[in-house]
Amino acid sequence: MMLEVKNLNCSRGHRSLFSGLNFKLSSSEVLLIEGSNGSGKSTLLKIVSGLRRPDAGEIMWNEHDINTIAADYSRQMVWLSHRNGINDSLTAKENIQIAISLSKSADININGVLDRVGLKAYANTPVRQFSAGMKRRLALSRLITQHASLWILDEPQGALDKAGVELLESLIAQHVANNGMVMMSSHHDVQFENITVQTLRL
Amino acid sequence: MTTFHSLYLLISREFLIAFRHRHEALNPILFFVLVCLLFPLGIGPSPQLLKTIAPGIIWAAALLAILMSLTNVFRSEYEDGTLELMVLANHSLVILSMIKLLAHWLLNVFPLILLAPIIASALGMGFDVQMTLIISLLLGTPVLLMVGTTVATLTLVIPQNGMLLALLVLPLYVPVLIFGSSAVNATAIGMSAAGPLYVLAALCVLSLTLAPFAIVAAIKTGVSQ
Repeated sequence: MMLEVKNLNCSRGHRSLFSGLNFKLSSSEVLLIEGSNGSGKSTLLKIVSGLRRPDAGEIMWNEHDINTIAADYSRQMVWLSHRNGINDSLTAKENIQIAISLSKSADININGVLDRVGLKAYANTPVRQFSAGMKRRLALSRLITQHASLWILDEPQGALDKAGVELLESLIAQHVANNGMVMMSSHHDVQFENITVQTLRL
Repeated sequence: MTTFHSLYLLISREFLIAFRHRHEALNPILFFVLVCLLFPLGIGPSPQLLKTIAPGIIWAAALLAILMSLTNVFRSEYEDGTLELMVLANHSLVILSMIKLLAHWLLNVFPLILLAPIIASALGMGFDVQMTLIISLLLGTPVLLMVGTTVATLTLVIPQNGMLLALLVLPLYVPVLIFGSSAVNATAIGMSAAGPLYVLAALCVLSLTLAPFAIVAAIKTGVSQ
């Protein structure tokens, strides 16, 4: 599997965020997007996820333009933005159930997933009572339930505590070991054992 | 997971969320009943006058109640990021948004249609006039919902869109209001209501077939910002 970005241009208003951007990402690779606030990290990730169209340039997934294989592409990709995609009035368990039915994943042991993200004790608690870090952990559960090969993560460490960051790192390490690929933006240094992290500076 | 099962879970999500926010779901219904009951108090209890203005009052109150409920469609989904997941989901976005609108109609609009005959008889409407009222509301409210949702989704990225939404939507609602209340008036004076009802039915089919695609396009534009 291979993600290739060719000559990507994007501007917001009259300000050019990036132009002529090229990179490749293959199986078992991690790409870290760095840049100061407002440099276009989130916009780039949104474009690669297919939610936003670039001003110019192409994004190829296995040598097909992602616009022509949109349904197939979104099935093989999981998108985690700064918005968690969880509803406050539902419980943790109900939120995972909804994420599963939206992605039409195979039957999944929800309790096992909650255990993995460290929220087993809060399975039936309304998310309204969760802290920001717990909500982020719940959002991370989508990485497990969707079985996607490409993870696009926008500031995944946001609001996570130390143990939460360790959880994220172990999830990424496991994913890369299973031939997955990860594209993420971050303000923090990311350290993985035995994984080479490519860095793209905007 | 089969498509049918996952769609069933998604529609039950709407009802579950509405149940946990039941005080909010009651707002448009309460508004509808209050407007309809305050008019006779303000105008005076002349049965003949009330009978004449009842169709207009009920239709205008229903229209405003639907307008009130529109700011909620897709708003929380947009803010919490669920809308992004819906766009990237393994279901057609047309189906997902129609599930949402079906639930919205059943929860916010259908109760108005159930209450309308009760209010109508309190205002002195006869049985056959009430029947026309119900038919006109069943045909007209989907138009109001579809057209309103299209505009509401287009203005989703604007944080406080209530005023703007009303300003943009009301001109589009005028034809539905005119044909809806004229159908009821026609029955009240003993004429056939078929003409205005046919026009409402045509508008209903038109909005149910075309608006979903406009709504989907508006959602995609909204999440790309």
